[in-house]
Amino acid sequence: MTQAPIISFKGVNKIYSNGTVGLKDISFDIPRGQFLVVVGLSGAGKSTLLRTINRMHEITSGEITIEEEPINDYKGQSLRLLRRKIGMIFQGFNLINRSSVERNVLSGRVSYYPTWKTLCGLFSKADREMAVRSLQRVNLADKLYTRADELSGGQQQRVAIARTLMQDPKIILADEPVASLDPLTTATVMDTLQRLNREDGITVIVNLHSVALARKYADRIIGLRAGQLVYDQPIAAVTEADLNKIYAEGAEA
Amino acid sequence: MTYPEIPRRSWVQRWHVKGIGGTVVLLVLLVASSQMTGVDVGMFFSNFGQFMNLLVRMSHPAWDYTTVIIQPLLETIQMAILGTTIGAAFAIPFAVLSASNLIHSRLLRNVTRLFLDLVRTLPDLLLAAIFVAIFGIGSTAGVVTLAIFSFGMVSKLFYEVIETIDMGPLEALESVGASKVTIIWYAVLPQILNQFISYFLYTLEINVRASTVLGYLGAGGIGVFLQRSLNEFNYSQTAVIILATLVVVLVIDGISNHLRRVLL
Repeated sequence: MTQAPIISFKGVNKIYSNGTVGLKDISFDIPRGQFLVVVGLSGAGKSTLLRTINRMHEITSGEITIEEEPINDYKGQSLRLLRRKIGMIFQGFNLINRSSVERNVLSGRVSYYPTWKTLCGLFSKADREMAVRSLQRVNLADKLYTRADELSGGQQQRVAIARTLMQDPKIILADEPVASLDPLTTATVMDTLQRLNREDGITVIVNLHSVALARKYADRIIGLRAGQLVYDQPIAAVTEADLNKIYAEGAEA
Repeated sequence: MTYPEIPRRSWVQRWHVKGIGGTVVLLVLLVASSQMTGVDVGMFFSNFGQFMNLLVRMSHPAWDYTTVIIQPLLETIQMAILGTTIGAAFAIPFAVLSASNLIHSRLLRNVTRLFLDLVRTLPDLLLAAIFVAIFGIGSTAGVVTLAIFSFGMVSKLFYEVIETIDMGPLEALESVGASKVTIIWYAVLPQILNQFISYFLYTLEINVRASTVLGYLGAGGIGVFLQRSLNEFNYSQTAVIILATLVVVLVIDGISNHLRRVLL
């Protein structure tokens, strides 16, 4: 591989203040443009791993570099600029329910403006058009002025993706994005993420519970158990038995 | 035959120690405090006749007095609106600083809360007396008193509302790279606005009633007339003032209910 990885973990440990081990000696690289799926049982550290990438969780030791820059010491403005290029999708969508879809989508753009302009809602015409285009990409442009809580779960998750697109992200982190959706809307959301990965070259990292989904969408699958990296294979080398083992052995412990 | 093994409850659970103990303690405290303060419940009933007598004398409202009190009643409403608005506006930043889910510094939070406790401790009558001395007799003293009184009350109600919000949208805005103030504006405010309005109107209602009392100290409004009628034992006028105040409170309550229905 000639190109430098976009994200790199070097001996990362995370111990929570109550002594629980979140991550244990994690080291691996994520090349630019990869669709990476993280599997593992609940509590294995998948969410923690994801949130260390945009520093929503702090690590205890080790180093994470993004585009070859160590991010551990980012503060204030530099931290906000880091987060700007990393979109995040949540299991619970995390939309502002009482606000319109437009306002939710535009809120993905606020880091491009000084605070006072965001308070007055002074978004440029170009960005308002960008909001419509983002919604078009998730097929929801007609819902622009609908209140977010009037949408179905699948629609809300797509609004959340549109919000992320407003960041113009290089990386998208998705934390169990389909865990509260039915199979049909699951496919829509996963397809959308795949399209962004292929068409825009955005590096996508998704936490999933479903082995079948992982095999369908991933370029590469990594497995976590009790905070440790126990599995790491490109999709061509992944077998059903391997994946079942990640879950089965965890269940025994 | 075999019985399924049922886990044994501890004796604390089995004899409902917490529930029974709590009730006993409460009763003991009630009896003890009524004895120590010398409250005579019997007196309430033996002197009930005087109360009825007062009610009878108030039962012939002097309706022609209504025209006299409309102007001071309007002044009372204006004072209440001004005082509540000023108090609530100042309460918002303090409520944010007191909310444990927004401010992680325990020191800052506790200092703010201590200050708010202090403000709430000051009785509104004391405040009115002070501000009448400073600003002289008139509605300015009343407005300032009501503003401080509302500030103390509203800030506590507000921060308790803030502490119940859904943190998901805040996490999302944080992950976007928004500044703290932007996060509050986009993710907190829409979640709390309705309850803020509801509490604001509740405070307004309280202030309309409170300002009738403040009038006693010369802080303007309908209270001045209430005091005059009571001093003159003119209970038919007192009745009109009370009924008029009731109308204002009912109207505010109606607006509040309507807004809550529309906004929710």
